[in-house]
Amino acid sequence: MDAKRKQQVVFTAIKTMSFLVVAILVIILGFIFINGIQVISWDFLTKMPEDGMLKGGIFPAIVGTVCLIFGSMLFAFPIGVLSGIYMNEYLKEGPIKQFIRLMTDNLAGIPSIVFGLFGMAFFVNKLGFGDSILAGSLTLAILAIPVIIRTTEEALRSVDKTYREASYALGATKLHTIKKVILPIAFPNILTGFILSVGRVSGETAPILFTVAAYFLPKLPQSIMEQVMALPYHLYVMATSGTDIEKARPLAYGTALVLIFIVLICNLAANIIRNRYTKTKK
Amino acid sequence: MKKLFTRFQEIVLLVSGWFTSIMVLLIVFFLFKEGIKIFGKKPVEEGFVMAVHPNNLVNSISPGMCKDIFDGKIENWERLGGRSYPIELATLEDIGSLYTEEEIGSEMEHLDSCFNDYINKHEGALISLPKSAVSSSFKGKIISVKKISLNSFIRGIEWFPTSKPVAQFGILPLITGTLLVSLGAILFALPLGLACAIYMAEITNKRTRSFMKPIVELLAGIPSVVYGFFGLVVIVPLIQKVFHLDVGETALSGSIILGIMALPTIITISEDALRNVPVSMREASIALGATKWQTISKVLIPYSLNGITTAIALGIGRAIGETMAVLMVTGNAGNLTLSYLKPIRTIPATIAAELGEAPAGGMHYQALFTLGCVLFVFTLAINIYINFVTKRRRM
Amino acid sequence: MIQIEKVNFFYGIQKALNNINLSVPQHSVMAFIGPSGCGKSTLLRLINRMNDLIDGTKMEGLITVDGMNIYDKKIDIETLRKNVGMVFQKPNPFPKTIFENVAYGLRVSGMSNATELKDRVENALIQAALWKEVEPVLHKNATNLSGGQQQRLCIARCLAVNPKIILMDEPASALDPISTSKIEELILELKLNHTIVIVTHNMQQALRVSDYTSFFYLGELIECNTTSEIFNNPKQDKTRNYVTGKFG
Repeated sequence: MDAKRKQQVVFTAIKTMSFLVVAILVIILGFIFINGIQVISWDFLTKMPEDGMLKGGIFPAIVGTVCLIFGSMLFAFPIGVLSGIYMNEYLKEGPIKQFIRLMTDNLAGIPSIVFGLFGMAFFVNKLGFGDSILAGSLTLAILAIPVIIRTTEEALRSVDKTYREASYALGATKLHTIKKVILPIAFPNILTGFILSVGRVSGETAPILFTVAAYFLPKLPQSIMEQVMALPYHLYVMATSGTDIEKARPLAYGTALVLIFIVLICNLAANIIRNRYTKTKK
Repeated sequence: MKKLFTRFQEIVLLVSGWFTSIMVLLIVFFLFKEGIKIFGKKPVEEGFVMAVHPNNLVNSISPGMCKDIFDGKIENWERLGGRSYPIELATLEDIGSLYTEEEIGSEMEHLDSCFNDYINKHEGALISLPKSAVSSSFKGKIISVKKISLNSFIRGIEWFPTSKPVAQFGILPLITGTLLVSLGAILFALPLGLACAIYMAEITNKRTRSFMKPIVELLAGIPSVVYGFFGLVVIVPLIQKVFHLDVGETALSGSIILGIMALPTIITISEDALRNVPVSMREASIALGATKWQTISKVLIPYSLNGITTAIALGIGRAIGETMAVLMVTGNAGNLTLSYLKPIRTIPATIAAELGEAPAGGMHYQALFTLGCVLFVFTLAINIYINFVTKRRRM
Repeated sequence: MIQIEKVNFFYGIQKALNNINLSVPQHSVMAFIGPSGCGKSTLLRLINRMNDLIDGTKMEGLITVDGMNIYDKKIDIETLRKNVGMVFQKPNPFPKTIFENVAYGLRVSGMSNATELKDRVENALIQAALWKEVEPVLHKNATNLSGGQQQRLCIARCLAVNPKIILMDEPASALDPISTSKIEELILELKLNHTIVIVTHNMQQALRVSDYTSFFYLGELIECNTTSEIFNNPKQDKTRNYVTGKFG
């Protein structure tokens, strides 16, 4: 009976702690939502910042972030998917595959600020892109690629072997099999990885600090060689180093809410695709 | 023609496959190329040298001593192994105010003679002067400042990369700050995360689990700058109030925020590890009359220990490299301290805060890249450890 | 010793057992035979309530052990499982030392006295005819043993907590013939002090070790009788067809 008592006590503790984890998320989201929703308006989303960033909107930051998402995915998605295909379909288990996997894991484990350092040294200075959308997008792309590779690999791995065999049996080439049979089946899962990395890229701050982000630039970019404002950096600026931090608070809450909203949408979309796919598979 | 196209496509695949490896090598190359330059350099202002009176016995000083002298902590040459003279400091500005414009010359063409004059008159003088002012007639003795070595870099206890005339590049307080915050984060996240993983994997039903899983994923998705902002407006004032501190930006605030950020990693990986324990292990234990908790604590946790250590290592890795959140809540003071209630400064936060102001190619810039190298080595070690552990598990 | 009355069992909405009535006398060996999917393992797992672990299952009817209703709400399920031990199809030793494997059941019921533990472990291993082989490696990892040794270790682990009843779910199906015969010898010996229910695919095995045999087919108990009657003089055609190898 003693063991039973103990189990009861421990389980109660575990349950409490688990709900604490849930509570933490609810508190964070709730806090930012309640404070942020008050400033969210059409104007806030579509106007330039005014008055030393104490008034007005965050339009250029939204546009900047969209540019960066678009730019980074333009590089990261094809390279990531191709690399995933190469890893899963072409490379056999062995030292080379192990090496590439180790390198991919390493790349995924590198802190985001190191990407920032590298982006500055390589894209900004060495290649001479300067602080620009191009440099920022490339930096973010390198950060997103391991995630896309991993999800692609997993998606391909989960494609049933019989499909491959069926295609080969009909005399299709390897490349043809991959393009016409395997990729369409794996596509929803690859898309999930893509959406999740969009969520990740949209919130990254450290890699864009020295490669693209502008402190205050109330205009829209005209080319990819220009600097832009970006939502996460804008939030950082508003929270820590604006002209009047107290007055800027409401705007900071609003910016944080917009950022969370993007992540929320990405997670939701990824979940929907995932669920739908697993259902149709049955 | 078709064959050629196929071949081309396969080459594209091959290049993409190697992309990450190439990138890692490129990152290592650029990081270390800049980072290594700092070693062997003298941390004095570019174009300047230090000189003393010709009779002074001291031939060289370390950067740390130099800073103590300029801070007024060392006031006599005796402390440095010289004769007992009070130290008299003079920089370019001092000379500028001691001598008239006429004596220096409108284009500072007579600067050398002014320095010469000053050093002749003051036997305890320590001056920092531009190299251009050192002419053949200069009577003072140029003393050498010790070069920056790996040892002085890692064990130096002061980080003042912009102080003049001698900058201080000691990263010990940054290392301790980083480790302190990361350790605190794990101490906070491990019990909570493990409890949550056990709850989701073993105790609760499918429905609660399918409700909690997206929550954990969402927690992982929130950008670090949002966590930092939340920490800044909620955790920091809370800590300040609870512990009656002057400032709430402390290692503790950083640990809590980083702990929350490490939760999803720890939960997801530990839960996977627990769920991967074969059913037969569970059944064997239950069939012997063990309670559910006994089964969890005596069989499931030991069985999945590899996975749980991986989770911890990854959590620490995340915490060490996290930048924005830490930058916003830890106060960024380079204190060499082990107290959780004092402001500290971490390696990534230092890079983020200072790189913008460090002129490219300068010593400060290089030192920040060296910090990047240190960070890279930390995370590489963790990754290799994880690789080792998971490989052992596969076998 | 074991009474099973009007037992129905469901996985979700699928009925796995239909109106089973059966009794197992003390200190005898009862064999459950039948084609796979016939419900024999399911019934076995009902006797120590292992099916409780599976979500969405439902049990109707009455099972008593020693006159006690084991599906009574007030029953202590851990005590029940200590009284009704179980050996699984695949040997499943914990990745711990041999000693710790056998001591596990004792430890979870709160025994901590080192000498007592040592005695009980030694006894259980002697009973399982494993002591001589493992004495020198008692503190080595159990997963280094051969499959047959592992299965006898699992039997010893089960014996250590002194169960009155031992349930065996095809205990020899994953083993080679020599290990199998060792397990069978063991069953005949254990019969003296324990009641044993064994699920088996192998009819020769049922014939060799059991006193009674029950034949299951599609979730129903077709026939239950002494083993010799079942094999030599079955009352039902289905049973005859199965034991003579016409189907199954």
